[in-house]
Amino acid sequence: MTDVTPPTRREFLKTSMLMSGSLVVAFVLPGANRLMALQEPQAGGPFIPNAFVRVGSDDSVTILLAHSEMGQGIWTSLPMLVAEELDADWSKIKVQHAKAAPVYAHTTIGLQMTGGSTTTLSEFDRYRQAGATARALLVQAAAQRFGVKPADCRTENGVVIAGKQRARYGELAGAAAKLPPLKEVSLKDPKEWKLIGKPMKRLDTPEKITGRAQFGIDVRFPGMLTAVVARPPVFGGTVKSFDAGAAKAVPGVRKVVQVPTGVAVVADHFWAAKLGRDALKIDWDLGPNASLDSAALREQFRHIADTAGATAAEAGSVTEGLRKAAKTIAAEYAFPYLAHAPMEPENCTVRITRGKCEIWAGTQFQGMDQQIAARITGLKPEQVDIHTTFLGGGFGRRANFQSDFVAEAVQVAKAASAPVKTVWTREDDVRGGYYRSAFLHRARIGLGADGLPVAWLHSVVGQSNLIGTPFEKLAVKDGIDPTSVEGLADSPYLKETPHHRVDLHSPRTGIPVLWWRSVGNSHTAFVVETLIDELAQAARKDPVEYRRLLLKRYPRHLGVLNLAVEKAGWGRRPPARHARGVAVHSAFGSFAAQVAEVSIESDRIRVHRVVCAIDCGIVINPETIAAQMESGIAFGLSAALHGALHFKDGRVQESNFHDYRVLRLNEMPVVEVHIVHSTEKPGGVGEVAVPHIAPAVANAVAQLTGRRLRELPLRLNA
Amino acid sequence: MKLTINGVEREVEASPDMPLLWVLRDLVGLTGTKFGCGIAQCGACTVHLDGAPRRSCVTPVAATVGKAVTTIEGLSSDGRHPVQRAWAELDVVQCGYCQSGQIMAAAALLAARSDPSDADIDAALTGNICRCGTYQRIRAAVHRAAALAKEAAQ
Repeated sequence: MTDVTPPTRREFLKTSMLMSGSLVVAFVLPGANRLMALQEPQAGGPFIPNAFVRVGSDDSVTILLAHSEMGQGIWTSLPMLVAEELDADWSKIKVQHAKAAPVYAHTTIGLQMTGGSTTTLSEFDRYRQAGATARALLVQAAAQRFGVKPADCRTENGVVIAGKQRARYGELAGAAAKLPPLKEVSLKDPKEWKLIGKPMKRLDTPEKITGRAQFGIDVRFPGMLTAVVARPPVFGGTVKSFDAGAAKAVPGVRKVVQVPTGVAVVADHFWAAKLGRDALKIDWDLGPNASLDSAALREQFRHIADTAGATAAEAGSVTEGLRKAAKTIAAEYAFPYLAHAPMEPENCTVRITRGKCEIWAGTQFQGMDQQIAARITGLKPEQVDIHTTFLGGGFGRRANFQSDFVAEAVQVAKAASAPVKTVWTREDDVRGGYYRSAFLHRARIGLGADGLPVAWLHSVVGQSNLIGTPFEKLAVKDGIDPTSVEGLADSPYLKETPHHRVDLHSPRTGIPVLWWRSVGNSHTAFVVETLIDELAQAARKDPVEYRRLLLKRYPRHLGVLNLAVEKAGWGRRPPARHARGVAVHSAFGSFAAQVAEVSIESDRIRVHRVVCAIDCGIVINPETIAAQMESGIAFGLSAALHGALHFKDGRVQESNFHDYRVLRLNEMPVVEVHIVHSTEKPGGVGEVAVPHIAPAVANAVAQLTGRRLRELPLRLNA
Repeated sequence: MKLTINGVEREVEASPDMPLLWVLRDLVGLTGTKFGCGIAQCGACTVHLDGAPRRSCVTPVAATVGKAVTTIEGLSSDGRHPVQRAWAELDVVQCGYCQSGQIMAAAALLAARSDPSDADIDAALTGNICRCGTYQRIRAAVHRAAALAKEAAQ
């Protein structure tokens, strides 16, 4: 999102320091601070040490994560990068989230955050460098001790060896910490990798199967109170007046305070706070959005689609192309607002003391949170300590430019003059905004005599994630928020169509919107991959053959497509009354294809099996990749079969898992994952598998019913 | 009120209708049991009451007096319950937030049926939501746990 050179060419200068008898490998990144577009200047000067690994005198190797573990597996994959270069003893690895500091900023985005499936992109070099630097210093220390040259030493499993002499890393840590910085270190040739590419079990499992893992909501300390906040029933509403009498009468309620987002009931524990909130009497000024209505919004989007928008992609003359086409296909698609609904409802704990604000939160956006908390408390960002806990799911919800749930918790602690954990209920989460925007697509495609597309006119209407945020200047050019059209404006099918144009409209509605796992791809891939299927049908071609014709110049698309259809047995007849649908799509620097096997049972769509092929470049942990493909498919299938929020009189109609339905175990298909061997640079995996499943299922449904479903969630009797 | 939690007697001061979930989490300090929905729709708060699975978010604490409450912290002393071992073997967890509830529901199923079918697993665990979508591994891990329990019994 910025014009920053890739991290691979950065010069790493190294400093080291002694910290409680441990070797701490720290880097100074020249120029790192110019990336801090959103950061206040730091008091410590232009160079900030960047510490990723500590070798303890007890032989432990502690890896500090610059990113947040929210299920995607970086608690294991980042340590693998360090351990690979360090030749560490895997059994001695310990992992913790790093505190918030500018030095842990994402290497290309310039802000400490986790998102966009970019952790590996950000850290593949940096964490290997961290391991290699630590190893080089330990070898130097050993060479001095042994009286040999460093070149005569080798390392293995946490030990430096020279001839018959051996020293464990823990024995060398103290001496290594006193050595002068290294100018540069070399990384292993990929042929020497022992860990990278090997399936490794998750390191966070023991804590997560015993209830010991600490999530934000589990934070407790003496004196801490718990708050539940009453927020306006309509986005943009405000408190006119409130009566706290009945709330204060609830045993355990300590305080009722007004904050910018509503009224907070602060109590000894959650249950008292929740009962107190239920007892509040609040007179709301509903503000300008009190008549928001889903059906009306849909009509509004349709009208907007008739007008001229900002051009996101263009080639040739689409009008001319359409006029000359042998056949045209026109279609309209609609997508609802969606909540992320992570299993752990939003929460954040804040303790403000003199000159310090401590925050405990499962957050994806430490860099932003720190600045916003500083602004609210009047402190400097470096006076705001953020302790990142495990995240009970993120999916994008825990990263927004308002830092909404963190900012509110800081306001509550400030207003209550007490350390407070602010906890949201599920209803608060589902009705709390920051949704994937509703989208409307309209497409008109002209086919040539050979059945291939010659002209493609496409209009997209939906709210922007970036307009009006600090990232607008960096990322929005000529009115195009790339996150609204990604997966479409850069689609190979579109590029292969000589005449094309994509128009984008980004209306504002008063509904807070946000990236939702796979972002723009969550709607664009559905449109593109069901359209292509329809074009294949119009051209009387097999959907896979048709895609192969269009993807001739896209070997990585073809690679995953061919692998998925081969493993799914595409050419063979599916079981009786079952049909297969396919989708291939690239996002977040990776390529994936899925084949879904589907049937319809008592008017319900049932997905039996999904074969997924993934090419994400160099593979760090194949276990993680398989798990993320399964996860993305389940997440995408939730939205394909169930997900939808509706507005009436400005109010969100859904409230909890009974009416905002998500995928359950009995609906989970068998998922098979096949990974393409690749030496390309690593792409993302966390969001990559989400976009394909809805179009793959819809394409199978079209086989079964002859009908093209053009709305999500998929409804057979709509 | 006197409660028996994980074999230990505890005196708690709470209103009788306070849900067991919040007694466990906020009064007793056992935070392994999770809050996900508050209306018995997601299963994150699943505990055992005299061995049977219960949604602690809708169970008034008064209803648990005189009964044995078991939480994830008390399922095994060492994390080596067959369900936990199977979960580790198959690398089930992702974010992990729902897994206490999943494991407690699976352990209760295995206590009732030593060799559950896929249909049994669907029936017992469809009430437990996982937004990370670990369902396929959960199903496999329940079968694996059944096998591990059988081995241990022999």
